[in-house]
Amino acid sequence: MRARSTASGLALALIAAACGGGGAGGVGDNTPQGEEITAAPSDAQASLFVFGATYETGDEIAKTRVDRFQELYPSVDVEFSESGFEEQPFLSALASGDPPDVVNIPRNQLGTFIARGVLDPLDSCLEAEGIDMGVFYESAVEQVTVEGVAYAVPEFFNSRLWMINTKAFEDAGLNPDEFDFSDWDAIADANEKLTKGGNRPTRLGIDPKLPEFLPLWAVANGTPVISDDGMESQLDDPAVAEALEFANSLHEPAGGRTSFLDFRDTWDFFGAKNQFAQDQLAAMPMEQWYLTVLAEASPDVDLTVRPFETRDGEPITWADGNSWAIPAESQDKAAACAFIRAMTEKDAWLAAAEARAQTAKKENQPNTGVYTGNREADEEIFANLDLGEWPWLEEAVQVVRDVQEHAWSLPPSPASAQFENAYKAAGDEVMNQGTDAEQVLTQADERVQREIDRAAR
Amino acid sequence: MSANTGLTNQQREFRWAMVFMSPWIVGFLVFMAGPMLWSLWLSFTDYDPLRANTAFVGLDNYRELLVDPEVRTSLWNTVFFTVFYVPGTIASGLALALLLQRVGRAVGFFRTAFYLPNITPAVAVGALFLLLLNGRDGLVNQALRAIGLPGPSWLNDPAWIKPGVILMMLWSVGSTVIIYLAALQNVPRDLYEAAEVDGAGAWHKFRYITLPMISGAIFFTLIINTIASLQLFTEVYAMFFGGQESGAAGQAALFYVIYLFRNAFEFFAMGYASALAWVLFVVIGIITVIQVKTSKRWVYYEGD
Repeated sequence: MRARSTASGLALALIAAACGGGGAGGVGDNTPQGEEITAAPSDAQASLFVFGATYETGDEIAKTRVDRFQELYPSVDVEFSESGFEEQPFLSALASGDPPDVVNIPRNQLGTFIARGVLDPLDSCLEAEGIDMGVFYESAVEQVTVEGVAYAVPEFFNSRLWMINTKAFEDAGLNPDEFDFSDWDAIADANEKLTKGGNRPTRLGIDPKLPEFLPLWAVANGTPVISDDGMESQLDDPAVAEALEFANSLHEPAGGRTSFLDFRDTWDFFGAKNQFAQDQLAAMPMEQWYLTVLAEASPDVDLTVRPFETRDGEPITWADGNSWAIPAESQDKAAACAFIRAMTEKDAWLAAAEARAQTAKKENQPNTGVYTGNREADEEIFANLDLGEWPWLEEAVQVVRDVQEHAWSLPPSPASAQFENAYKAAGDEVMNQGTDAEQVLTQADERVQREIDRAAR
Repeated sequence: MSANTGLTNQQREFRWAMVFMSPWIVGFLVFMAGPMLWSLWLSFTDYDPLRANTAFVGLDNYRELLVDPEVRTSLWNTVFFTVFYVPGTIASGLALALLLQRVGRAVGFFRTAFYLPNITPAVAVGALFLLLLNGRDGLVNQALRAIGLPGPSWLNDPAWIKPGVILMMLWSVGSTVIIYLAALQNVPRDLYEAAEVDGAGAWHKFRYITLPMISGAIFFTLIINTIASLQLFTEVYAMFFGGQESGAAGQAALFYVIYLFRNAFEFFAMGYASALAWVLFVVIGIITVIQVKTSKRWVYYEGD
């Protein structure tokens, strides 16, 4: 009965949202696109509603930068949604005619909103505030740029790398520092050796992290899942199917995907008894933020970090992160633009990194730094990092820093949510039903291409 | 007839009845009927709330429904769930109500205990059952292993995900139990006494007295549980789609309203989502009509 009332509420919300949009008109209706921003916010009292970000419940990285903005612009009253970005409340805010002034949005989702005219191009903002997009990582800038126009400013920069249980590798006679991750046969052999317990595993060899990491396996196999402009699905490329089949085969030594996942679900992923500390996993590709988790939860874990590699032996990472954008209907674009600059400029990041360092020192934990989208900020942050007490972390951070220049990112697609759903659903079908990967991915490609074409109209 | 107003008492009562009903009527028209009709219109458009233009697309959304593999998957998952959950909840609800009827003074405690899951937030239920149903160390499988049964992978094996969801939803059988318990307590004692005089055993009393006398309550729970099953959303969304990676469950746990929600609020395909909503509305309507028609053969009303 609760499900009934919930679903009824959902149906009503759907209908109400539909009514709010007005049918023939939408949020982008008659909105001035790319309104000229000519000056920083004046001293007059202004208010700024920031969506998709937290302050009261945020960490020192968020608070330090916001406090700095408030010092620079004391007349601007800033209010936060105090939650991460969610499509539904964002849609409700837009449809109800109460749009936020600035929004923190995952770069992977930007394309959907750019294609619909929800976000302002930032040309005049960048010019007015003197924001140099050249200081940000190239792949991050590509994620926020459509046809040469930037629609957002990158915030963080998440890279994916191999995280390796050093002892497990060494016990299996493998050298984690020299293991050839470009050789997929070698990965498969190592996986057999590293898996313990067979059908009821007590240690997984290699977790391919499917279907979420399919884009990384595909790009390592030579073909990104989508074209550089985000307009052509490439899921039907045989290289993508080959990548999916190979990565899926890594579940087999543990008795297949079901027993693999059943065991994985028991891990204390964020705790002191995590899978590396407990020797429950030998290796997995993972976002670099997990190093910070390990540094706090089990700083003495014996971990080796290596870059993901293409089959040609080149380092590669799949990078993403958040970004700051200005909705077309923002009420105070000058203040929004100043806020974006204050959240992403070098000095703001240095202050935030210093605050993080102080927190880590106070809690007697290693400080793994802050991985920003701003290359210049990162250079200073990581030049001053002291991890001598934790040599594995020091090496790991250097690997992360090196691989950042070899990043590939999902380009902005007008149907980004549908595209993510398409490759995950196809991956699920192949893994769960044993269906031919090429056939499933070809069908998924046809369907999602229709969605992209429709969204781009 | 009143000499003052020229209205009969009946007319005057009707007028006052309308006055008192008008808040509900206005609410119904503004918040239910109007939006429903509007969503019917939207189902014939390509409405995207973030776009300036909306085009009339005729039956395109409904045609797409017919060939969309995820509609087929989500419908199959939903029908499977309904077919097993509804009889399951009626049978277990009735069994528990019959047991409760015999516990005497402790009935109040058990009634509260059984009802507690219904006031637990649905998202919390989903999170709780992620732990209980874990294929390796979950409490459910530990219990099964204790009696020598191999516990399945409730959360990761596509063949067991829907049975796992049914198990989770049966945990909230309390509201059905309360309805049956009330119905059972209303069955006249003298009917049982008369049957006992005629030598009827426990089974015959249950079959020929209890069941017919509570058939109205059973019919009511059949209707509402069927509708609730076809609209299953919150618990499953929290378990398998609420932020964490989809894992194996993606397609096996894709219920119809979840797919509708994703189209509306993740893909912004509101026109298509409206068509999905209307198909569900029609399906629920047809099933309910069939249930009402067939009920005449087995539901006993005291006034009949």
